[in-house]
Amino acid sequence: MLLHALARIGQTLAVLFVVSVASFGLLKLAPGDPVQIMLGSEYSPEAYESLVAEMGLDQPFLVQYAHWALNFVQGDWGTSFVAHTDIFTHAFKEALPVTLTLASFSLAFAILIGVPLGVLSAVKKDTAFDAGAAVFALTGTAFPSFLLGILLIWFFGVKLGLFPVMGYVSPWQDFWTGIYHIILPSLTLSTYFIAMITRLTRATLIEVLEQPYIAAARARGEPNWRVIWVHGVRNIAMPLVTILGLQLGVLLQGTVLTETVFNLPGIGQMLTSAVLGREYAVVQAGVMMTATLFIGVNLLVDLSYPLLDPRLRDRK
Amino acid sequence: MTHPDISEPSGHSGAQAIKTTAGRSIFVRRPFFTAALLVALGYVLASVFAPWITPYSPVAQSIDAMMKPPSVAHPLGTDSYGKDILSRVIFGARYALAIGFFSVLIGATGGLVVGLAAGLSGGWVEWVLMRLIDSILALPSLILAVAFIAILGQGVDKVIIAVGLSLIGPFARTVRADVMQVRVQLFVEAAHLMSIPRLKVIWRHILPNVIFPLAVQVTIRISEAILVSSSLSFLGIGVTPPTPDWGLMIAEGRAFVSFAPWMSAMPGFALALLLIALSIVGDGVREEFDPKLRRGA
Repeated sequence: MLLHALARIGQTLAVLFVVSVASFGLLKLAPGDPVQIMLGSEYSPEAYESLVAEMGLDQPFLVQYAHWALNFVQGDWGTSFVAHTDIFTHAFKEALPVTLTLASFSLAFAILIGVPLGVLSAVKKDTAFDAGAAVFALTGTAFPSFLLGILLIWFFGVKLGLFPVMGYVSPWQDFWTGIYHIILPSLTLSTYFIAMITRLTRATLIEVLEQPYIAAARARGEPNWRVIWVHGVRNIAMPLVTILGLQLGVLLQGTVLTETVFNLPGIGQMLTSAVLGREYAVVQAGVMMTATLFIGVNLLVDLSYPLLDPRLRDRK
Repeated sequence: MTHPDISEPSGHSGAQAIKTTAGRSIFVRRPFFTAALLVALGYVLASVFAPWITPYSPVAQSIDAMMKPPSVAHPLGTDSYGKDILSRVIFGARYALAIGFFSVLIGATGGLVVGLAAGLSGGWVEWVLMRLIDSILALPSLILAVAFIAILGQGVDKVIIAVGLSLIGPFARTVRADVMQVRVQLFVEAAHLMSIPRLKVIWRHILPNVIFPLAVQVTIRISEAILVSSSLSFLGIGVTPPTPDWGLMIAEGRAFVSFAPWMSAMPGFALALLLIALSIVGDGVREEFDPKLRRGA
């Protein structure tokens, strides 16, 4: 088991390495000469040469990469030349928490609504409720989230005036105001996941309920709720965690769109404005953070299997 | 947003189901699939005949008809420049379908090459290629497309390339999985033993067994490509105005949502309906032709 964990960690590091080389290459491929941009329109060839040497641009690609990677790990991500702010502070300390807050609230919504919905439609299989949940699940997975966000703004914000439609307040600073601001965005982002979890829970639970241990539990005279919620639902945890790990990417790209719809100052807004302003270092920071998050969570998912399934604990 | 690769547990009665239903056409057995396919075909027809069926030019502006709600003259209303939304929505289908089709073509071709290479090579080449695929998959397709757009710039052709490149990862993964299954089959081994050249074995024996599942993937991924491309346009970094692109139209309407909600809603519903239809078609194709996913009837 330890060996398996080490192999997985090794693979993860290799993938991180490839992603970092690629996103460093992004900066190199980007159109425009950074030295020219820094020097402005008039400069002498000597000044050009000395700045190239100073920035290490005359070094081989791999040396430049190593230099960049070392700085990156230490939190030196460069300075934004539009806003003249430190990219690390902006991206990691300001934008990332917004995105993570939105993502975690959405995930919580998705599990709290999706699992019960899926369980109910598995138990009430082939009833009107099941059919309704199936239609919702299909529509929910295919419906574009940014349209849903706009419709929610129009209905709850404009028509009913129940929720604020713009702006962000951190729930960690002012809990209730923060919650109030994050409900509509989270609902927008989580709809896809509620639908997906409903589908998955239903399909898996139907299989689980046919297993002998369920029949055994019923034979022992355990109450129905215990059979379903304890013996049944416990056994869908593994596929659920696997899919959630794999779908984290979808969650992250969903935050990009949701942040734009609701004007939340997260990674999504940072990325969009960086692309429009041709700030490649910021794009790079966003790409690296997203990839690291995704790779890291999937490593955790993989390492968590033995915790979820005792049968895997003595796997060699 | 990608469609979840949820591997729903395969039923035990799969083989029986084929036997009993083999005589009936897929269109009879799957009414939702048929309806969805008709809707998708309707979009294709509308985009082909767009210049003849639209009442106005998609880019014609009119000061007299700015932000008019849906009426007889403008069935879906007008936008902030007085452009007819119905005409723009119909022309938008052209862009959505063309971008979806061509970017999936790029993704499938690239994925076929990388997946074949990863599945057929062994040792460290395979390991390197797999980590490469893993690292492409480590970024969600929209984020990857954003990164490509950052290098390429904006425009319809750039969006097609960016979305296409970002789809190579998922395609490569499925192609590799199929190659791994085929290459251990007896007929491949037999061909090798008859000392048939390696390239010919790939062409005659491996490729035909990989192409069909790839075609199934293509139908499933078109909706993802359309969603990612309209997301790029919605973010304002994809197609440039005044192109009648749905994502762009939804973004333009966002600012006016409190008094002209139809501006976002009409192109939005056009997009949503197409995505739902394509998703039903994709599910149907997958369940019908992918034996690994065939559920019990």
